[in-house]
Amino acid sequence: MTRGGADTRTGLSDQAAWLMLAPALGFTLVFALYPVVDSFLLSLHRILLVLPDQEQAFVGLANYRQLAADPVARQAFVVTLGFVALSTILEVLLGLAIALVIHEQFRGRGWVRAAALIPWAIPTVVASQMWRFIFNDQYGFANLLLYGDHIADYVPWLAYPGFAWMAIVLADVWKTSSFAGLLILAGLQLIPDDLYEAARIDGANAWRRFWHITLPLLRPALLLALLFRTMDAFRVFDLVFVMTQGGPGGATQVLQFYGYKALFTEGRMGYGAAISVTVFLAIFVLSLFYIHAVGSKLMEKERA
Amino acid sequence: MSRRILLGIGILLTVVVSLFPFLWFVVTSLKSQRHVEAVPPTWLPGGELGFYRAALVDYHLTDYILNSIVVASSTTVMTLAIGIPAAYALSRLRVSGKTWILGGLLGVSMFPQIAIAGPVWRILDQIGGLNTRWGVLLPYVTLTLPLVIWILASFFKELPTELEEAAKIDGCGPWRTMVLVMLPLAAPGIFTAGILTFIYAWNEFFFALLILTQPDKQTLPVGIALFQGEFTMPWGELAAASVIATLPLVILVLLFQRWIISGLSAGAVKG
Repeated sequence: MTRGGADTRTGLSDQAAWLMLAPALGFTLVFALYPVVDSFLLSLHRILLVLPDQEQAFVGLANYRQLAADPVARQAFVVTLGFVALSTILEVLLGLAIALVIHEQFRGRGWVRAAALIPWAIPTVVASQMWRFIFNDQYGFANLLLYGDHIADYVPWLAYPGFAWMAIVLADVWKTSSFAGLLILAGLQLIPDDLYEAARIDGANAWRRFWHITLPLLRPALLLALLFRTMDAFRVFDLVFVMTQGGPGGATQVLQFYGYKALFTEGRMGYGAAISVTVFLAIFVLSLFYIHAVGSKLMEKERA
Repeated sequence: MSRRILLGIGILLTVVVSLFPFLWFVVTSLKSQRHVEAVPPTWLPGGELGFYRAALVDYHLTDYILNSIVVASSTTVMTLAIGIPAAYALSRLRVSGKTWILGGLLGVSMFPQIAIAGPVWRILDQIGGLNTRWGVLLPYVTLTLPLVIWILASFFKELPTELEEAAKIDGCGPWRTMVLVMLPLAAPGIFTAGILTFIYAWNEFFFALLILTQPDKQTLPVGIALFQGEFTMPWGELAAASVIATLPLVILVLLFQRWIISGLSAGAVKG
């Protein structure tokens, strides 16, 4: 591979190529990279929007120390981690099941695939209102399904901390399992059919073929789906905003919602920025893993 | 035989679990006020359309729909206009920074919104972008560019260079070559990227909530999230509004299921 210089065959000079890239890089620089740096700088200052005239004092790491000592933030961290762990595991398992189903050959497969895509396509806000209604204490479907006519037994699900948290997990699993399923499906399609054929000739039954061929060869795709979902689950916001507003008693207050409140309802720019940077760093570390995994694949392709 | 039964159960579960929760909302939207407030709930709707009329007229849903259409379409057009040349350059450029740019873009697509929310809001505040459609467009374009560039770069890379060589011999500059020769060939990829961008912008809530605080400027997700009645929660109207907001997406999925699936996995898996 030649490094640098123009692609002489296509006549695309370096200059022209960079010119083509410039707008995209400009947008990324101004509205993604600069804001992250600015968030970091803000997090080192005390800035209160309710007191705009007050000096925006440099306070070093004081916001981070305050964050570490803040019991509400600690609860938000635990709530978020629990949410990320449970929802991503369920999503990858269900995603695997969905992928196995829609990978098979059968009549009407296109329709089933489309049906599986519907939860992914529905706006998250709509899905949130929908689940909020399903868990409604009087008119909800959950109560109808479980208790039928015994309306005395009807439960206000979202008023209980544990149930509310589970409801958020359930809504997220419903919404995004099919996306995990699509990533896994792409992995399934890469497994050559001959392998299964050979195994069948050797007398391996369906379960053994799944366990010894599908699962090992699917590992990269499963890992990818897991990482993708993990990073996305860290950013959960819409579900919490609509279904519970972080309640009851902070049981569903995830980090991005806590940061949003600090920044935009309480106007604590410095402290909110410290929360933002913390969330960012958590996801950044995860994305390094991801880029490493995908990046090395990219390199192999280039070399080939 | 047992394998066929297992598959049948799998298909049934996939379809029922995917569709049923939303169907409950569809059923609710077709009820009358009396039936929505029945305890225990009734299973079947009467087929009334009153909630749709109320949502569209009394709750000004038409304004939100218009805002959503304008924002989602303009985001799609702008992201493609910026993303196509960038992806073409990245697929043909032979510099060592290429992998870094692609990796960096991937990183940007993973950004938690909260990490950039404060500064983006401050930038928009300074340039007068709050409560405007173009104000919400700027972060949307930024956040959809990575996926579009990844899909299109992998698409362009598969295309042979012979046509470009021929175009060069005919005296075409790089821009003319891209527009006249490569664009038509990449049409399926561009189409896929466009659909995914549109869906993203149509569904986005976080930045819309921060940037659009005036009701007449808000998009559908904001309107639906902040849906409120005077005294009680207007579930019927909300369900109708939700069905309306979801309808375009259902149509897109039914028509372009294959493109969407290939696009999503290309953006995530392919190099």
